[in-house]
Amino acid sequence: MEGLKDIILQYVTKEYLEDDSEPLNFDTPLISGGIVDSFSMVSLKRFLENRYNIQIPDDKATPEAFDSVNKIAVLVEEFVGKKG
Amino acid sequence: MAYPEKIRNLYQGLVKAIQDAGLFKQERFIHSPQAADIEVEFPAGAPLKKVINMCSNNYLGLSSHPDVVKAAHEGLESRGYGMSSVRFICGTQDIHRELERRMTEFLGTEDTLLFPSCMDANAGVFEAVLTKDDVMISDRLVHASLIDGIRLCSAMHDTYKHSDMAHLEEKLQLHADKRLKMVITDGVFSMDGDTAKLDEMVALGEKYDAMLLVDDSHSSGFIGKTGRGTHEKCGVMGKIDIITTTFGKALGGASGGCVSGRRELVEMCRQRARPYLFSNTIAPVVVSGVLKVMEILSASTERRDKLEKNAAYWRKGLTEAGFVLREGDTPIVPVMLFNAKLSQDFSKALYDEGIYAIGFFFPVVPQGQARIRTQISAGHEIHHLDRALDAFIKVGKKFNILGKTKQEIIQMYGM
Repeated sequence: MEGLKDIILQYVTKEYLEDDSEPLNFDTPLISGGIVDSFSMVSLKRFLENRYNIQIPDDKATPEAFDSVNKIAVLVEEFVGKKG
Repeated sequence: MAYPEKIRNLYQGLVKAIQDAGLFKQERFIHSPQAADIEVEFPAGAPLKKVINMCSNNYLGLSSHPDVVKAAHEGLESRGYGMSSVRFICGTQDIHRELERRMTEFLGTEDTLLFPSCMDANAGVFEAVLTKDDVMISDRLVHASLIDGIRLCSAMHDTYKHSDMAHLEEKLQLHADKRLKMVITDGVFSMDGDTAKLDEMVALGEKYDAMLLVDDSHSSGFIGKTGRGTHEKCGVMGKIDIITTTFGKALGGASGGCVSGRRELVEMCRQRARPYLFSNTIAPVVVSGVLKVMEILSASTERRDKLEKNAAYWRKGLTEAGFVLREGDTPIVPVMLFNAKLSQDFSKALYDEGIYAIGFFFPVVPQGQARIRTQISAGHEIHHLDRALDAFIKVGKKFNILGKTKQEIIQMYGM
């Protein structure tokens, strides 16, 4: 899906990073790296659900599945695919 | 039960890991009542040392006030030592309800319910009033007790960047479809000493139909012109839906806390909050002491006025000496050192100079933001503050940080 990873990266950067933080890449560990805590994952999940008109069940929205932009993109594509 | 060597070894390993990481907490034994001047045994077994306490929550200097101690004695005589019951079985005395009435009046709310502590109030309030159809949106720097209460509640939870009102508004829009929305914040943030923007938060709450919960533990009794708290300071008395606060800091410093706010929300806590339902009532002796505290505060603003002057004097002195401080106008004045080890070494050097102030570092504060948190009291006299300032300057010179910027301190000591 075109631009998906960039959109996620942009959202994560704006939502979770402080101004003087190191920039992220698609593989930066987000949750295991302490950038996103499990509480704050909620807004990312809701953002993706609203933006792509999908529902990600809680049992799929695990810290592992949300641990990098690449992994999140795989998850989103799975549900966008199901919708189609 | 079984406690074989392998289990003992496992826990010994965990304790050692805490020690090795430099995160091991050690208590210092105080041999005197809580006050500006205290006698401390540290480390354990060392001779007693007279020091100035610069790190207690005894903001109004009432912890050992003779009138409060006397009232506690009288309460002990007239109402006994313990109640041996939770509130709703046979643990409610007339003085418990009297204190609830006094707090309601003082905070300008509709009703109040006492809890064994504010930690318990925060642990119980969310699950008592919210369900899985609702959302809680909290500041990212709220106190640990709020985080624990949030974890115990089935409602969805999201956060906003510290005091960032634009970000909070985005979150209120994101969760617009939820049945109920509750915004959660500290009134004064305990590690930084800054105040929540309650006026803006109330406006956002009205715009998006969101309730607002404020933990005013580091405010009740002294913030605002008459010490009612951050809602008085921000001009939003009567507009906060839930205030939680403690009697364990400015209000006598013993123990206990409360939930105060909209009548129905308080009633839901009385019916459903588990720490209220399943934990003992506040001891009569403590209730009697807090009632005297409320009487003192309602009669005069003298103590909070003195605290305000002391805090301004202390902040000015440290600023002029060239320390890096967190911005603010509360009695919590963090002296920023950034490096964890430096904060510990600085604290130890202060102790050698007769000043008791603790260094905080990750995970209590964010990585790279280690500090000495100083807390001012109405129990301090100017001579205490002058002596403490002399010691800070002496130690600041020793570590060569006076007049240095954040970047220069980090360059010398690392994050």
